[in-house]
Amino acid sequence: MSFFPVGLYHFLILAAVLFVLGIFTMLTRKNAIAVLMGIELILNAANINFVAFTRYGGVNLGGQITAIFVIVMAACEAAVALAIVLNLYRRSQTVSVVDANKLRD
Amino acid sequence: MPTLFDIFFYLFAATIVVSAVLVCFSHNIVHAAFSLLFTFMAVAGVYVLLSADFIAVSQILIYVGGILVLIVFGVMLTNRVTNIDIRAAVRARIPAFILCSGLLAILVFLLTSGHWITTSDEPWHNTPWNKNALEQVLAPTQGTEREKLDKNGSHGTALEIGKLMMTDYLLPFELVSIVLLVALLGAATIARQEPAPSQQEGRA
Repeated sequence: MSFFPVGLYHFLILAAVLFVLGIFTMLTRKNAIAVLMGIELILNAANINFVAFTRYGGVNLGGQITAIFVIVMAACEAAVALAIVLNLYRRSQTVSVVDANKLRD
Repeated sequence: MPTLFDIFFYLFAATIVVSAVLVCFSHNIVHAAFSLLFTFMAVAGVYVLLSADFIAVSQILIYVGGILVLIVFGVMLTNRVTNIDIRAAVRARIPAFILCSGLLAILVFLLTSGHWITTSDEPWHNTPWNKNALEQVLAPTQGTEREKLDKNGSHGTALEIGKLMMTDYLLPFELVSIVLLVALLGAATIARQEPAPSQQEGRA
C-alpha cells in the first residue's frame, strides 16, 4: 500500500472519503436541498466503487451497467425530492428539515 | 516514479475532495451547489481513468446537465434572495464530525486490511476475460463492424454496454425506464401549482 502506482485501493479510499463527506453533509445541514447534495455525493461514491471493481475486479461490465442504473435513479430521486421541497416551501415558507414538522396545515 | 495515470488520479482526487469539503462547509448554499459541479466533473475524470468512457459521458450529461441544474433551480426558487436569508444553517457539527471520522477510519481499515484479488493492471479491454466476453457478444457480427473494431484496436464500452442492456439486463432496463417515467410524472404533479378553490369552483 503506497502512493504509487495507483491501484484499486486508491479508488476505494477516494470513494470512502467522498462517502463520508456526503454523510457529514447530510447530518449537519438544515437546508433540505443541501441534504440532497449530500445524497448525490454518496451516490457518486458508490458509483466510483462500481466502476473501479469493473476495471480491477473482473466483473465483466456488470458494474458499469449498475452505475448507469444508479445515475438514472439519482435523476428520479432529485426530481421527486425537489418537487417535494418546492411544495414544502410554497406551503410553509421554509426548506429547513428541522422546521418541517407538520403533516398537514 | 509516478506515471501520467497517477498524476491525473491525484489531480482528480484532490479536486473531488476539496470541492466535496466545500459542499460540506460552505456557508453560502449557492457556493455549495457550484462546488458540486467540480465534484461531478472530477468524478467523470475518474471514470475516464477507469476506462469507463460511456459512464463518464453519462455522468456529465445527467449529473452536470440535469441533476445539478435541478439543484440550482431548487436553491434559487426556495431562497428569498432579496433578504439575506441564503446562508445555510448547520446543526450538530461536532457529534457528526466524530461519527464521520470514526466511520472513515473503519472504512479505510476494512478496505486496506483485506486482500482484493485484482485481475490485471492493464486497461480492461486488454484483459483475457473481457476478450472472451467480446467474442461472445460480437459472434453474430463477424463482418464489417468487427473488422472495423479490430482495425482501430481500441474501442469504447458503449457498444458492449448497449448489447448487454438489450440482452442480459433487459428486465432491469425496462423497470428503470418505467420508474423514471413514473417519477417524472409524479414530480410534475407534485410541483404543479394547485389552483385556488374559488377558481376551481368557477371552472366547474
